[in-house]
Amino acid sequence: MGYHSIVLVKQVPDTANISGQVMKEDGTVNRALLPAIFNHEDRVALEIALQIQDNFGGTVSAITMGPPRASDVLRECLFMGADNAYLISDRKFAGADTLATSYVLSEAIKKIGNYDFIFAGRQAIDGDTAQVGPQTAEKLGIPQITYAQEIISLKENHAVIKKKIEGGYEILETALPCLITVLKDAVFPRPYKAKRVMTYKNAKTLIELEKLTEGNSLLYIDQLKYEYISKHIYINTLTMDDLKLDSERCGVAGSPTKVHKIESVVLKGNKHENIEPTKQGIGNLIDKLMEDHIFG
Amino acid sequence: MIKRNNDVWVFIEQRNDRPADVSLELLSKGRKLAIELNSQLKAVVIGYNVENIAVETFNYGVSEVLITDHPELIHYKTLPYSKILSELVEKFRPGVVLFGATIIGRDLAPRVASYNKCGLTADCTDLQIADVKYLRNEYKNLLLQIRPAFGGNIIATIITPDVDIQIATVREGVMRLEPLVSSVKGKITNIAYHPSELDNIVKIIEQHREENRVNLKGSPIIVAGGYGLGNKANFKLIQELADTIGGEVAGSRAAVDAGFVTPDRQVGQTGVTVRPKLYIAVGISGAIQHRAGMQESNKIIAINNDPEAPIFGIAHYGIVGDAAQIIPTFINLFKQKLR
Repeated sequence: MGYHSIVLVKQVPDTANISGQVMKEDGTVNRALLPAIFNHEDRVALEIALQIQDNFGGTVSAITMGPPRASDVLRECLFMGADNAYLISDRKFAGADTLATSYVLSEAIKKIGNYDFIFAGRQAIDGDTAQVGPQTAEKLGIPQITYAQEIISLKENHAVIKKKIEGGYEILETALPCLITVLKDAVFPRPYKAKRVMTYKNAKTLIELEKLTEGNSLLYIDQLKYEYISKHIYINTLTMDDLKLDSERCGVAGSPTKVHKIESVVLKGNKHENIEPTKQGIGNLIDKLMEDHIFG
Repeated sequence: MIKRNNDVWVFIEQRNDRPADVSLELLSKGRKLAIELNSQLKAVVIGYNVENIAVETFNYGVSEVLITDHPELIHYKTLPYSKILSELVEKFRPGVVLFGATIIGRDLAPRVASYNKCGLTADCTDLQIADVKYLRNEYKNLLLQIRPAFGGNIIATIITPDVDIQIATVREGVMRLEPLVSSVKGKITNIAYHPSELDNIVKIIEQHREENRVNLKGSPIIVAGGYGLGNKANFKLIQELADTIGGEVAGSRAAVDAGFVTPDRQVGQTGVTVRPKLYIAVGISGAIQHRAGMQESNKIIAINNDPEAPIFGIAHYGIVGDAAQIIPTFINLFKQKLR
């Protein structure tokens, strides 16, 4: 018994901590210099899946679509307690908008199969769109509950969930499978377990294993992969061909939204009146605002 | 080149048996887009006993309302609502579909876009119509979907040139509410709904809603604090100042994330957009997402200890210094002068 939860996670640039060096002279962002982090709300989603596993048994699989280095967040998922990890990666996925991303993720989920829950953070901090979750649910033909705050109860094939609505909350009962996006305060993510870190810091994707074999004639990729699988430290790696995807629906080709123009934000000339932080300065300002009938 | 039906649709959300403000704001903007496109503005209303809501959209120039009215639809539910709307969009293929970037809009719009395999741009801060040259092709009358991106360091203009349906969400307050002087005589078209068992996979057990007491948009004076205040105790000064001068308290996203102020008081791209008579920004650096939500304020006072903070770029009055000293001085002087 138990439930199989699939958790959608994303590696995101740390947009909250943009320093001077990250901004190029022309005002654009140098992505390569931005630290890449585990999107916090996705970590909360993983915690909820792990709590369900703690209480009811079952399996937790973490999955991400991204470049090879996105394996970092999958290792973090393994540190926290995920049983399986899947990196969905292919050069042809580059430039995907939410429609193309949800297509790839939904096909990967179909391949993994047999799930009761799909969890994801409400949104990722790099785009704040909150679209990939609902679009994945639509493609899988399953219900969704967005802005979830709490799993209240779980019985057989039904879950009762509290979610935020405008000006309050709502309690919903859903049949499984269901896709659920969670708010950041829903639960507090557990710390990494030292023993798991020791084990899974060595976990590798196929792409990383291939790198090891490059220039080393003693290593054979198939053998290496088998060794990692038998030690349970292989991160499943799926490409466009593995998933038999339609290339027209992936990456730039499959993305209807296009960036027409990007402008760096340039502030207009500074024309404000400088007020001294003194009694006299502030007093004069208040007088002026009173004269302009802004107060009262 | 694809052929577009240029009609502009707005999904009408409901609050207490009235259209939500954000929906009326979108109708106001949608009407301007429809005039530029030489097309029709249409509204979609789903619910129960919603004819009065439909009629209200005529005050905003709607030529036709598509209504689906059924007892089962009294509350928003993802599955039936998204099925009804997805199929309507698929059948009539409107050129533009607009949603409020509310919890419901953000639940519904992605499903409609996914079903119809079209693009969707979230949290736009401006919408325009323009002819565009993209990758050596000329496109007539595209919807420019403009939004800050990437931590607010850039402003991106998004287009969906090769799909005939363009969908965008917009936050409350971003577009101006502009009812017509006299209402138009529009048409109401009823769309039948046949409930299916699948629509009830998710059941509502309980709903709890409090009257939204925060009214930032309606307040003539707003005092907003940012992460620069450093802690909750300093944030209390914001409340004191607001109480003294008769304003509402607001915060930047960073202040909300830090727990200084509740999310319903967030000003900016992902919060509320305001245009008060006076906006006092304290300890707010002034990232583009924040400025997007307040830069049309009549008068802006910026208080910050960093003279280089971008907020000074849009302020009318700037005070460089420590808020913990400036605000108490401001409060005392104001009280004295009022006597």
